[in-house]
Amino acid sequence: MDHKLLQTSLYQWHVDQGARMVDFANWSMPVQYQSIVQEHQATRSCVTMFDVSHMGRIRFDGPGGGKLLDRLLTRSVLDMQLGQVRYSLICNHEGGILDDVLVYHLESPTGVRYFLLVVNASNRQKIVEWIAAQWPDESVVEMQDRTVDTAMLAVQGPAALETLQPLFDFDISAMKYFRAKVTHQMKKPCILSRTGYTGEDGFELILKADQALQVTQNIFAAGRAHDISPAGLGARDTLRMESAMPLYGHELNEQLNPLEAGLGFAVSFQNQAGNDRDFIGCHAIGQTKTDGVKRTRIGLQLEGKRAAREGYAIYGDGQIIGEVTSGSFSPTLQYPIAMGYVNQSDMPLGSALEIDIRGKMLPAITCQLPFYKRT
Amino acid sequence: MNAEELLYCPTHEWVCTTEENGETLAIVGISAFAVEQLTDLVYMELPSVGNQVTAGQEFGEVESVKAVSPLYSPVSGEVIAVNDELADQLETLNDDPYTAGWIMKVKLSGALPETLLDFAAYQKQCAESS
Repeated sequence: MDHKLLQTSLYQWHVDQGARMVDFANWSMPVQYQSIVQEHQATRSCVTMFDVSHMGRIRFDGPGGGKLLDRLLTRSVLDMQLGQVRYSLICNHEGGILDDVLVYHLESPTGVRYFLLVVNASNRQKIVEWIAAQWPDESVVEMQDRTVDTAMLAVQGPAALETLQPLFDFDISAMKYFRAKVTHQMKKPCILSRTGYTGEDGFELILKADQALQVTQNIFAAGRAHDISPAGLGARDTLRMESAMPLYGHELNEQLNPLEAGLGFAVSFQNQAGNDRDFIGCHAIGQTKTDGVKRTRIGLQLEGKRAAREGYAIYGDGQIIGEVTSGSFSPTLQYPIAMGYVNQSDMPLGSALEIDIRGKMLPAITCQLPFYKRT
Repeated sequence: MNAEELLYCPTHEWVCTTEENGETLAIVGISAFAVEQLTDLVYMELPSVGNQVTAGQEFGEVESVKAVSPLYSPVSGEVIAVNDELADQLETLNDDPYTAGWIMKVKLSGALPETLLDFAAYQKQCAESS
């Protein structure tokens, strides 16, 4: 089976660390090394490193890059400063979510300005094709899928800053959240950003694929004093769930629009100058804004130990009113948490609902998202 | 209980038989391999005393942080005892899956199924799947 799957440049390192490898979006990825709960708690309490090289990395060069992305993304790209990173969505003309992405505006050491899009592994091919279909007539943009020849590492946790600082020759604590810099690690070129998918402080590094192993070893040498350990996709999932970050294919899909998903903050109908933007999906999303949403993303807290999982029905007053999209026992909070959608425009916090957990109706209370916020 | 003397389902439950008050009882649990594969156990749904279980059919479930897995009975018969303490102390399954980690005792309604694996055959299956 494995021979058909894509491997990151750290594949052998994961195996040597005792990782359990699974198929994720056609990549062979570590789901866990020892225990999901241990990796989760290590991220919350000290520092862990995730290989996230499976995420798609698409680079846009040329003077038309910003304009193209500004048309594709629900948030403004043209007014981004150099070194800025933005969370955004890519929608279709009906306002359905094609993917959630990070867009970086960067400048290389030689002064070349470009944009970088980080997309979900499961959507990479679809997004590349979608962008190609929206391509402007003029040849002012060059698009390169850099996923396979680069690697991406996420160093996350309260000790991420102290772990990485010795590896860089500038003060990385001065980097704000959602900022990025084209730099180098021991003469190896790298993009460093203060981003992550765990709800903790942390950084992500994008490197040349053939230099990822050496940089990983450098990170682990520097992180030894902070008990750094590797973490897999299992912990990545429970960490993002506690932080209520949506995951494509669960909380996001083409049938949902950004307002239903509770991602209104990731839609800018106007640019910074106050002019209306014309991005794909803006009319449909604008219509939803006028008419009101028909579905709402909610957070649920359960009692006991049994988790409400994807696909389980949510009941209100004895009727099915929605469905769970993600759920797990929360390692930090020590009770089960879940996210899902209900078919109504609003759902007050504290509402008592029920979830059909494999034939047993268990009570659940709607609660504020995120479930966990770092102090 | 010695792992090498138990019989196993391909679905990772173990069983051994014992004589108690002139009756043949089956003691059922899950293997160390299953516990290691599941990791991070949070919940176990146990059967109740008096339940009828059927070989190859679900009799309970075990839930980890990542997923829910059904438990399949290796034997047919009536549940006459359940290890109620296990549900609150799932770490017992990590420490001692073959003795303290027993799940239920069943009064057999017939012979043991012939499809059960001995230790060597089960080990072979585990080696091939991991």
